Amino acid sequence: MSLVASFTICLALFGNVEELRLSQLQQRLSTGKDTAYVVNFWATWCKPCVEELPAFDKLARKYADKPVKVVLVSLDDPAERESKVVPFLKRRGYEFCDAVVLNEPKPHLWIDRVDQSWSGSIPATLFIHNGRRLFGEFQFSAELLEKTFTDFLKERK
Amino acid sequence: MKYILMLVLAVTTMMAQQGTQQGASVGDKAPEFRLKNIDGQYISLDTYKNSKGLVVVFTCNHCPYSVKYEDRIIALAAETAKLGYPLVAINPNDPVKVPEDSYENMKVRAKEKGFTFPYIVDETQEVAKAYGAKRTPHVFILSNTNASWTVQYIGAIDDNANDAEKVESRFVLDAVRSLSSGSALAVTQTKAIGCTIKWKE
Repeated sequence: MSLVASFTICLALFGNVEELRLSQLQQRLSTGKDTAYVVNFWATWCKPCVEELPAFDKLARKYADKPVKVVLVSLDDPAERESKVVPFLKRRGYEFCDAVVLNEPKPHLWIDRVDQSWSGSIPATLFIHNGRRLFGEFQFSAELLEKTFTDFLKERK
Repeated sequence: MKYILMLVLAVTTMMAQQGTQQGASVGDKAPEFRLKNIDGQYISLDTYKNSKGLVVVFTCNHCPYSVKYEDRIIALAAETAKLGYPLVAINPNDPVKVPEDSYENMKVRAKEKGFTFPYIVDETQEVAKAYGAKRTPHVFILSNTNASWTVQYIGAIDDNANDAEKVESRFVLDAVRSLSSGSALAVTQTKAIGCTIKWKE
């Protein structure tokens, strides 16, 4: 993906935080051969999540011209999408291309569909690349995120 | 090879953070505890030796998910107590990391909200670890048969944190009703979104 193309996509989506069902999100994460996805589950009310967002912002900027997508999945109440989530992201100056609010009211039915090992606490992050997955409930520093991501990509080689 | 080692290291770190191997499962003997209530008295399983069981809720002051559930926990405690299953709330969080969850602030919150149940503090965090509590709120229902305590249910209070009016399944109340009437539980485990427990460094 060229720098120009990704910049254009960002412009188109910025400020437009979509509300998605899990199946729609999963559909989106299965497109784009060779695209690596870094999917962060967070919420505006979650302090450790908010603390690690700059690490994801940094990663997204660093790989802006690569086939890498950093996807922020907010677990805020979908009713607070416009009143809380969008203003929060704007205020912080984040320009994530892909920020969505998950609209799934019954966590006991969908948490396992993201990953069986997920206890349901956040932050949690899922890495996907060509069918391979790595999931964890950690809190990332910028260094640990970068290292985990690059190690994950290299694992196959 | 180097990269594999690095990945193993990263994954190991992650597992350590998650503490995936620890905790009680449904059917296990319930871990003992003896923890200080906000009135200074100590509470243990033995305190409830004459009850049919106990509803243990790991929760805290600061977590917005716990706050969303506060009123529901108060109402739930009244209902489960009537069925022979009193409720205790345990705060497992490190007050150094989250001052709002200090023992003093627990007293303030319990008074403000009019908690009718013990709100006890897990200072060493060993009880949360023994139970395998992962988030707040996180519920464990225990049954008591002649002072033999068994974990019967682990999970969420109900199926809608954001909107109490849209709840369709009241997991904990349903489970206590079943246990109280001697029938098998339809649901023994559920997952929910919540705040991580703030572990000591």
